[in-house]
Amino acid sequence: MRPLTGLRLAALAAAATLLLAGCSGNDPEQPAARTTKQENVKLTFWTWAPNMDKVVATWNAAHPEIQVTVNKQDGGDPAVTKLLTAIKAGSGAPDLMQAEYQKIPTLVSADALADISKNLDSGIAGHFPDTVWKSVTLGTDAVYGVPQDSGPMMFYYRTDVFKQYGLQVPTSWDEYAAAAKKLHAADPKKFLGTFSANDPGWFAGLAQQAGASWWSIDGDSWSVSIDDEPTQKVADYWGGLVADGVIDNKPMYTPEWNAALNNGTQVGWLSAIWAPGVLEGNAAATKGKWAMAPMPQWTPDQPATGNWGGSATSVTSQSKHPAEAAKFVSWLNTSPEAVSALAKVSGVYPSDQPGQAAALSAPPAFFSTQADFYPKAAEIAKTARSFTFGPNVNVAYSSYTDEFGKAAQAKSKAGFTAAVKKMQTTTLENLKSSGFSVK
Amino acid sequence: MSRSHRRSLAPYAFLAPAMVLFVAFLALPIGYAVYLSLRTVKVRGLGLGKGSREQVWAGLSNYSKALSDPDFAGSVLRVAAYGVIVVPIMLGLALLFALLLDSPRARVRRFSRLAIFLPYAVPAVISSLLWGFLYLPSVSPFHHVADRLGWDLPDVLSSGSVIFAVANIAVWGGVGFNMVVIFTALKAIPTEIYEAAELDGCGQFAIAWRIKIPVVMPSLIMTFVFSIIATLQVFAEPVTLRPLTNTISSTWTPLMKVYRDAFTRDDIYSAAATSVILAVATFVLSFGFLRLVQNRAFSQENR
Repeated sequence: MRPLTGLRLAALAAAATLLLAGCSGNDPEQPAARTTKQENVKLTFWTWAPNMDKVVATWNAAHPEIQVTVNKQDGGDPAVTKLLTAIKAGSGAPDLMQAEYQKIPTLVSADALADISKNLDSGIAGHFPDTVWKSVTLGTDAVYGVPQDSGPMMFYYRTDVFKQYGLQVPTSWDEYAAAAKKLHAADPKKFLGTFSANDPGWFAGLAQQAGASWWSIDGDSWSVSIDDEPTQKVADYWGGLVADGVIDNKPMYTPEWNAALNNGTQVGWLSAIWAPGVLEGNAAATKGKWAMAPMPQWTPDQPATGNWGGSATSVTSQSKHPAEAAKFVSWLNTSPEAVSALAKVSGVYPSDQPGQAAALSAPPAFFSTQADFYPKAAEIAKTARSFTFGPNVNVAYSSYTDEFGKAAQAKSKAGFTAAVKKMQTTTLENLKSSGFSVK
Repeated sequence: MSRSHRRSLAPYAFLAPAMVLFVAFLALPIGYAVYLSLRTVKVRGLGLGKGSREQVWAGLSNYSKALSDPDFAGSVLRVAAYGVIVVPIMLGLALLFALLLDSPRARVRRFSRLAIFLPYAVPAVISSLLWGFLYLPSVSPFHHVADRLGWDLPDVLSSGSVIFAVANIAVWGGVGFNMVVIFTALKAIPTEIYEAAELDGCGQFAIAWRIKIPVVMPSLIMTFVFSIIATLQVFAEPVTLRPLTNTISSTWTPLMKVYRDAFTRDDIYSAAATSVILAVATFVLSFGFLRLVQNRAFSQENR
């Protein structure tokens, strides 16, 4: 074979250039197509809620002019990382994004979400509890999404084990501690729960129940109040239980924890409304043995709870069709048919108040013995306290896993309260050094 | 075009694809990382809404921040300790296995070679998951058997021993590759040398010590340099084990700190500065070591 000569190379390069030019030659046709009003709008939707494509199919069938394509994502954090990367890169973001409430300030601060207040009906706020609606407005006039689901926290326990050891369902945290002691004394292998240093959202929910709100907006400044009395109280309480060894210190969501749920060594779980799905997946052998009750209380005559999880559907700042996207988002989260499909097909706990009761008429399959599961959950959800997330939740949360990891491993009560202090300084320093105005 | 001109173009044409790939996927990203490490984001007010963020020059502040961060210092010390554990054990075992397989009395050589090499073919994330299961008391078969026998096994993921737990995974995965490199060098030694040595009354041990090890020294040095680099970059094993235990922090190794800054804290500027520091340290360590052993390693080539 003869080597390529310079001439041939030049010819090849010229051919390549022509080819490229040929591709762009089609361009003039596109603006012509855009001018026609009847053109279909295509929207992409990043979500991790199971079976969302089935819910969206109903919309697509009824709205040929606005077609939504579901792009299934891997959980909350990786999707957020992907979205932030696309926003920085200037392209590649979807039109619609399932955004956890705790991530909304971060996403808004990175200019990733569009303000859709102009594209929504004014009555839409009335569909949601005030605390939930505040999560998508951040207390401003802007609206950065429409709430989809909430994660009110409750207490799940093994009825058979409770009966076996003569335990009462705890209504106060003192009773919870007493029950934990009693159970662990009766069988040193069994625990009423575990303190998970890997789940900052879980701890935030417990602090929220005690009355904490880790961030707040004060005029034109942020303030951070992680190291306040309610959070210290919660940390001190759990530190005591872990130090005494009556509560496990292993993180949740490990193979070990799954095994413990299955074999009855973890007999209680402080979790959220979505717990039945997790239990079904991780501890299928225990079906019918669990029951749900309100969380233990700090002051039993003023019942309160916190939230773990919950998300909104938002329109991203890169979407070229925010009006159409907002129309879809309203339908998805407030229309009776969509809300009912979300609950039945996707298994989410819808935030929409008018549609909730009809959508949740039967208890989840894993709790089929507890007929009043959802009416009870609705009562509990009403007691959720208000909580404001800040623009650097990610920093506070990663500080939580590091500091509480050390404290839980050392089983030291002082370590727990010190961890709260460290979270406060790390979060505050990060806000200051990034240039936010901080009070 | 003249013939000589044509001929001088040819090598460049052949080199072009490699050069393009090198520039696009190595030189440009490194340059961009250095650029990013000198920048930072400044936020105004509440930081909400459009135009509240602005990228500005940061000078060397990202570097000073990284170097004065106790978490970073801690991760460097931890990796140094990890290297002291992993590198000698891994290379020692690799050399031992290579010598055993090369000795005339070795049996089922092909099978042993494959069995020792096999862990290298398992991706680090998979092998970490696998070992993670073996470490966790309630799912580990070792603990299951020990419980039946009434023994009490220690928790290897506790804060004192977790570094050994991670090192074990690296050794398990790394011995095979290094063994193959050393074994290949051993195969290149002409058999006449052994015959001569045996005629002079050398035993197998003396042959290994006086002939084989000196001859494979360049291979040992190369595997040592590779191991140092791999040690500085340890990431997959601790990250995979992290959700299983409280004892691995998010800044357990320097690369984990880079990942946390970039993706958890959304601060790619600090992350870029830390990775530049890490790259320079890798460069200094590997070339410093090569300079130190240059005469010994490459004396044969230079002779």
